[in-house]
Amino acid sequence: MQRIGVFVCHCGSNIAATVDVARVVEAAAKEPGVVHAEDYAYMCSEAGQLKIREAIKEKNLTGIVVCSCSPRMHENTFRQAAERAGINPYMVEIANIREHCSWIHKDMEEATEKAVILARAAIAKVTLNAPLQAGTSRVVKRALVIGGGIAGIQTALDIADAGYEVDIVEKTPSIGGRMSQLDKTFPTLDCSACILTPKMVEAAAHEKIHIYTYSEVEKVSGFVGDFTVDIRKKARSVDMSKCTGCGVCQEKCPSKKAPSEFNRGLNTRSAIYTPFAQAIPNVPVIDRENCIKFKTGKCGVCAKVCQAGAIDYEQKDEIVTENYGAIVVATGFDTIKLDQYDEYSYSTSPDVITSLELERIMNAAGPTKGHLERMSDHKPPKSMVFIQCVGSRCADKRGKSYCSKICCMYTAKHAMLIRDKYPDVEVTVFYIDVRTPGKNFDEFYRRAVEEYGVNYIKGQVGKVAEIGDKLLVQGVDLIDNKRILMETDMVVLATAIEPNPDVRKIATMLTASIDTNNFLTESHAKLRPVESPTAGIFLSGVCQGPKDIPETVAQAGAAAVKVVGLLAKDHLVTNPCVAKSDELLCNGCSSCEKVCPYGAISYVEKEVNDHGIRENRRVALVNSALCQGCGACTVACPSGAMDLQGFSNRQILAEVDAICR
Amino acid sequence: MHRTEKEQADLIREISGVDTRKCMKCGKCSASCPAYDEMDIRPHQFVSYVQNGDVKALLESKSIWKCLSCFACLERCPRDVKPAKLIEAVRLMVIRQRGEDYLSPNEVPELLDEELPQQLLASAFRKYRK
Amino acid sequence: MQVEKTQEFRPKIVAFCCNWCSYAGADLAGSSRLSYPADVKIIRVPCSCRVNPMFILRAFQRGADGVILCGCHPGDCHYTTGNYYARRRMTLLFSMLDYLGVENGRTRVEWVSAAEGVKFSATMNEFVAKIHSLGENVRLEDLRCKRD
Repeated sequence: MQRIGVFVCHCGSNIAATVDVARVVEAAAKEPGVVHAEDYAYMCSEAGQLKIREAIKEKNLTGIVVCSCSPRMHENTFRQAAERAGINPYMVEIANIREHCSWIHKDMEEATEKAVILARAAIAKVTLNAPLQAGTSRVVKRALVIGGGIAGIQTALDIADAGYEVDIVEKTPSIGGRMSQLDKTFPTLDCSACILTPKMVEAAAHEKIHIYTYSEVEKVSGFVGDFTVDIRKKARSVDMSKCTGCGVCQEKCPSKKAPSEFNRGLNTRSAIYTPFAQAIPNVPVIDRENCIKFKTGKCGVCAKVCQAGAIDYEQKDEIVTENYGAIVVATGFDTIKLDQYDEYSYSTSPDVITSLELERIMNAAGPTKGHLERMSDHKPPKSMVFIQCVGSRCADKRGKSYCSKICCMYTAKHAMLIRDKYPDVEVTVFYIDVRTPGKNFDEFYRRAVEEYGVNYIKGQVGKVAEIGDKLLVQGVDLIDNKRILMETDMVVLATAIEPNPDVRKIATMLTASIDTNNFLTESHAKLRPVESPTAGIFLSGVCQGPKDIPETVAQAGAAAVKVVGLLAKDHLVTNPCVAKSDELLCNGCSSCEKVCPYGAISYVEKEVNDHGIRENRRVALVNSALCQGCGACTVACPSGAMDLQGFSNRQILAEVDAICR
Repeated sequence: MHRTEKEQADLIREISGVDTRKCMKCGKCSASCPAYDEMDIRPHQFVSYVQNGDVKALLESKSIWKCLSCFACLERCPRDVKPAKLIEAVRLMVIRQRGEDYLSPNEVPELLDEELPQQLLASAFRKYRK
Repeated sequence: MQVEKTQEFRPKIVAFCCNWCSYAGADLAGSSRLSYPADVKIIRVPCSCRVNPMFILRAFQRGADGVILCGCHPGDCHYTTGNYYARRRMTLLFSMLDYLGVENGRTRVEWVSAAEGVKFSATMNEFVAKIHSLGENVRLEDLRCKRD
């Protein structure tokens, strides 16, 4: 017979304000098996844990129930407390009377009644708990980083500097990501390339880092400490070991009509290309859709001019399979498509551009060699209008519900840089709110206004219309309560950012959870911001939420520390709540084997002793190192032989009974 | 029946189905409004007036007759607030309080001329018939 | 008689929530103070595929008025495919419940992610309202007594 102790936490007033804890204690004490029940202000505190430990020893408790916050918060705390007092840590059950009760109910009577029922269910369950022993599993001392932007590069460098092998998988032909497309960076106006390129070079040269560019993650299996990943190296059509990066092929390539992804389609590139001059690796790829050789079979100019003989039209995609202990997602972002925003004339006028396009126009290596000019007639603008929050903070389906966070600052930066370089250009910014929380951020924005004379007008623009070769901006000044009709030469839209659309596919492969905006969910919004709830998966950069560069770098480092913390372990303690088959009941049907997603169940011929009758039978055997404890097999089993430890049929039925009593 | 201003504001919200709390005060409704210059109380102000219960001013405002019911504000509002519906609700309240004020279809031909946009007709029916 | 019963009707509702998505979603609903009726009691399971149809039948047998199963969105299952198993099993079970004397609306499967506290609370509010409209469950054991 179990001897159960029940501990009811007040959590200050979080629980006690809506749940009558004394009544919960009183009701719990009457449950069968309960020999001890008490309440305390903070069960998770050292003093609270001491109460638990003392009660276990004094009353010889065999199992405990803590009525407190979510088990996702403190289950481990209480398991450790139980273990310190000498009972098995899996003899602990939590009744969640905070998140699932006191915080959502207002009526004390109702909440107390529910708390009593939740406690009863936990008591019923713990009565059937059995001590469990955790096993161990190996840790592969190698990490994978998906995405080679600043987030991925920084994470990889930090992991590598700690002495572990890291692979970066980057989809495009070069690492560098969005940051490589930027001209200057706020709030210090460093040249983006000047601070990024050294990091790219460092990553490429690091002996512990291996970079797969023009590659994608194709398949992921395994679990924390031991993932198996298939990486598809797309055919570059250029032999990386031979290419010297001279660039002659790109110059001579006769097909130059493909829109340049790097320059956001503002100009074109050759079919054989490196995205930008500082690309790493400095080895081009052939874009087969635009290559004349691949389209018609005739051409082959690049192969003729390549002195190194590096061009290989026959190259095929290659699959590389590697094992990793941890995986970091750093897939970054893109700007949203603006085809739903007809009122801003983005799709009809070439002089209405996004801020990222402006970055390319302002950049010396960009489509205009850094000269500020209109894309329609290549004339320098005399006035420019910036519109903030285009697609951000939207409740409708056209945009995103969140604030994209970076736009206020980069708009101030653009406005300032333009006023600095072209003092004759009138710059007007239409804003809803200027949001500049960050070190030296508000000072930066104020400088744009006070030193550089940027005209900030409060009020979202209603419409941008093309009038001749000008753009007519229709808005209001909400402070002056006045209509504004302004002719201008260029309009720049601070377009909302969204996670890279590929991230959903990757999240599915990793079984990492993702929210409705396609941002990956962190394990805890405040306390575990760089970890996915899926063990062994870490988050770096904008894939988790909008961030600027300093925040991205900080988070990238934090993710690296978490990875290093994992890889530094010799082995991991596995979850003992795994499936177990009763060989006397097993009929050898293989139903469980078929539904197991981990291949953890195999069948063995075994002599069993069935009530004195010894015979050879084919029975299921669970490999507890592979089993992750989902329980699919337990339901598939027709004879009821398969059960899940810690969540057994009897335990769950006991909970059901207790709730419906 | 006499209503307080607050009750009237609630009634306007109920008639229009508009939740004024959703407004983030960006002003895009006013920025989009073709009748902005004609109005004494502007579309974005309508939202905050109702939110603050200043209904008397709205009932006396000439804006309710100047609104073209073009629904540009409603289309472009990023927060799905629908200011045009608020204006329409205020207008309905005035019309109902005032009693009969019909624009009969028979009167329409006289009013027509080449310049008159079709939309004006539609909006005239919205304003003067209930 | 019936009306009086409905007025004091406090349904018993069991919600099975998978540990990774829906239970976390319920926690988020809690920390965001998004209320739903206290009639809902949550049982934590590792995955929606752990829920044996037997558990649901047992709940009804013991007097539950509604049973809801929440799991990760299709494609987002922590165990890759668990929620697909749950979906098929529940489809099969639900198709037979009417025959057993349990009305259609008393069971439901809903996908709630860890980030969807709002959806969790809305779902529970809806489900409880539905159970209220259906009234008290005619218990399975009662059914045998009321044969003629």
